[in-house]
Amino acid sequence: MKFSFSNEQEQFRTMLRRFLTEKSPTSEIRRLMATEQGWERDFWQKLNGDLGVSAVHIPEAYGGQGFGFVELAIVLEEMGRALLCGPYFSSVVLAANAILNAGTEDQKQALLPGIAAGETVAALAFTEENGRWDSSGVALTATPSGMGYRLSGVKTLVLDGHTADLIVVLARAPGSSGDDGLSFFTVQGVADGLERRLLNSVDTTRKLAKLTFNSVAAEPLGESGAAAAPFARTLDQAAVCLANEMVGGADRLRQSALDYVKMRMQFGRPIASFQAIKHKCADMLVDVELAKSAAYYAAEAAAEGTGDWPAMASLAKAAASDAYMQIAKDTIQLHGGIGFTWDNDTHLWFKRAKSSEVFLGSPKYHRELLMQRWNV
Amino acid sequence: MTEITEESIRAEVRAWLQANWDPDMELVQWRSLLADSGWGMPSWPKQWHGKGLSATLEAAVENEFKKIGALGVARSGIRMLAAATLFEHGSDFLKGRFLRRMLTGEDNWCQLFSEPGSGSDMAGAVTRADLKDGKWIINGQKVWTTSAHHAQYGILLARTDWNVPKHQGLSYFIIEIEQPGVLVQPLRQMNGHASFNQVFFTDAVVPPEFQVASLGEGWKVATTTLMYERRFAADGVAAVPGQGAVRAGRAYEQERIETLKHNEPYKWYPQRAGRADLVIERAKAAGKNNDPVIRQEMAKLLTLYNAAKWTARRARAAQQMGRAQGPEGSLGKLIGSHISRASASVHTLINDADAMLSGSDSPMNGVIAEILVSTPAASIAGGTDEIQRNIISERVLGMPKEPMTGMDRPFKDVPKNTVS
Repeated sequence: MKFSFSNEQEQFRTMLRRFLTEKSPTSEIRRLMATEQGWERDFWQKLNGDLGVSAVHIPEAYGGQGFGFVELAIVLEEMGRALLCGPYFSSVVLAANAILNAGTEDQKQALLPGIAAGETVAALAFTEENGRWDSSGVALTATPSGMGYRLSGVKTLVLDGHTADLIVVLARAPGSSGDDGLSFFTVQGVADGLERRLLNSVDTTRKLAKLTFNSVAAEPLGESGAAAAPFARTLDQAAVCLANEMVGGADRLRQSALDYVKMRMQFGRPIASFQAIKHKCADMLVDVELAKSAAYYAAEAAAEGTGDWPAMASLAKAAASDAYMQIAKDTIQLHGGIGFTWDNDTHLWFKRAKSSEVFLGSPKYHRELLMQRWNV
Repeated sequence: MTEITEESIRAEVRAWLQANWDPDMELVQWRSLLADSGWGMPSWPKQWHGKGLSATLEAAVENEFKKIGALGVARSGIRMLAAATLFEHGSDFLKGRFLRRMLTGEDNWCQLFSEPGSGSDMAGAVTRADLKDGKWIINGQKVWTTSAHHAQYGILLARTDWNVPKHQGLSYFIIEIEQPGVLVQPLRQMNGHASFNQVFFTDAVVPPEFQVASLGEGWKVATTTLMYERRFAADGVAAVPGQGAVRAGRAYEQERIETLKHNEPYKWYPQRAGRADLVIERAKAAGKNNDPVIRQEMAKLLTLYNAAKWTARRARAAQQMGRAQGPEGSLGKLIGSHISRASASVHTLINDADAMLSGSDSPMNGVIAEILVSTPAASIAGGTDEIQRNIISERVLGMPKEPMTGMDRPFKDVPKNTVS
């Protein structure tokens, strides 16, 4: 197990951070989050053209760069830090991994190069109105029809579901339950019978949609009835990715709070000289560094495919969720009154922390998973 | 003159060990050979029991010792801190007088810095040294002194000038412990163990040549000692007292007894750290592993415990790659307190009413009870959580110090605790 990034990885991170700092200032975030789309194709394609971030972990055989989970995690940490408005998590993390995990060779050849190039934006629709994150919540049905299938049901909390070109859908055979009868399908974003509605969400930098499938024609993805394992794997990978994204955001907030308290004068001295403030800042550093250690470890474990990597995914997701939320609250507190105004940028990250805390399962959910995975 | 390489050093030390190492030798006799040959502390200067080798070559030498199980010089306790301090600030007289017997283990050392009235604020020491008839006369009290009951010498921080501000009036001495003016008494802690001592000085005597550095430079010298204490703790130097294995031979037997004696004060330290490693096993044994609240609390604790280990590994990996130290290296002490507290809480949840019992009537023959009454020390001993947060915020985060009062006036006029 490695506990440090290589010089090449550090350089990659530095370059990415510089690019994102320059191209995604908070004025841009505020502009894009107010739009229904939430992201812009021109910028998205430029980002991928210049830096190839959508291609990072996709194998070269499918038009990617063939790096691993550690490099993917670096991208996510920097995106979380920058709060980039783009369909990265939906397309590159959730949908691309589902295709990599479940798809046949031909399907991977057909679907992945577009995602890797940033030309196709894909989304993964798995959660339904019962709000469950695992496959037990899937009720949407796939009924054989002619050469293909017809999907009927409702998916919700679908990341970028209202704007994606391609939607990967988790569905089940009529009458099946549990892990049985689960299959992945792909549907075009503009398919007939598909109603897409943007949901009002707390974190408007991360758009969520409700998708209603009224007998929508769909192509099967991967082996019929065998999606349970690749779906579980996709979720664990997504948990690792989200953990890394969260520590990037948490670190950014922590630094912003520190910069502020060093500058803010009260009682004739910078408030950074009061122990009440210093001790909170020290605790924030501890929280972020511990969460980073967990997120980095989980990424390395996923990259190496160690036997306990799913357990580490849950550990990291829970740790990063708690840390990010705590840091977000502390950052507002340290800013005082201005901290809860609209003009101050803290709330942008606070809202991401809140949505990430529960997205893919709350810390409580993942701690229980951790115990199960450790056979306690 | 041939060039020194790792291979040539390894060959040289192998030959020397072959000719000299004998497990049936008296331990002191063997260590005398080490001290005189320079093989005991190869990185020390040639004129002072060393060979002037680099840390890398020293590691190679130690590796050769390890291969054949040859014992090393005495390293336990405060002696290595005292030695490092003498190398920076001590006279040749002091080095000549003390270094050799540190290495042979004939002299044990203790550190006389903390006082009842000055814990976190160590520069507020009020133990006094007054020059009378050409000798320093020491009066006062020190506390938290590990190993004072079997030490021959101590490094002492005492006040020699009350008319200057706090940090400027301190001087640094070496004091002989076995003398009429020094009384060593065990300090019993709330867990029943007496790992530390209180040391009382009543007209104890220090010869003038046992002063380290100049008058009034005590704080600077003490800072050096404390810097080495942190560095050695981080490197794990002091944590390895001897080889400890059960092997035949007089030297081995004598070292085993010495190690037992030196480790005695530390036997409850694992419990002080909370024993997070025991919670799953204990939950299963107590039939509580399916309690959803306990599962949540165990998961939180073990997440913290593992993340702390990985944070330490990150710090070490960065160091090995020669990178600048990141923040992750300064957090361990504070995180350790969190683990300790959380562990005690989880052990209480698991053991429930049994947490009222101790000793042979209690789970794991008293280990759990010992955790519950030892963990409060973790966030205090070796620097309180509050001081750790100050250090992190000032040194890592670059935040300003709180304004200190009393720095502008003679120490005698600064409000302080009443000495009882």
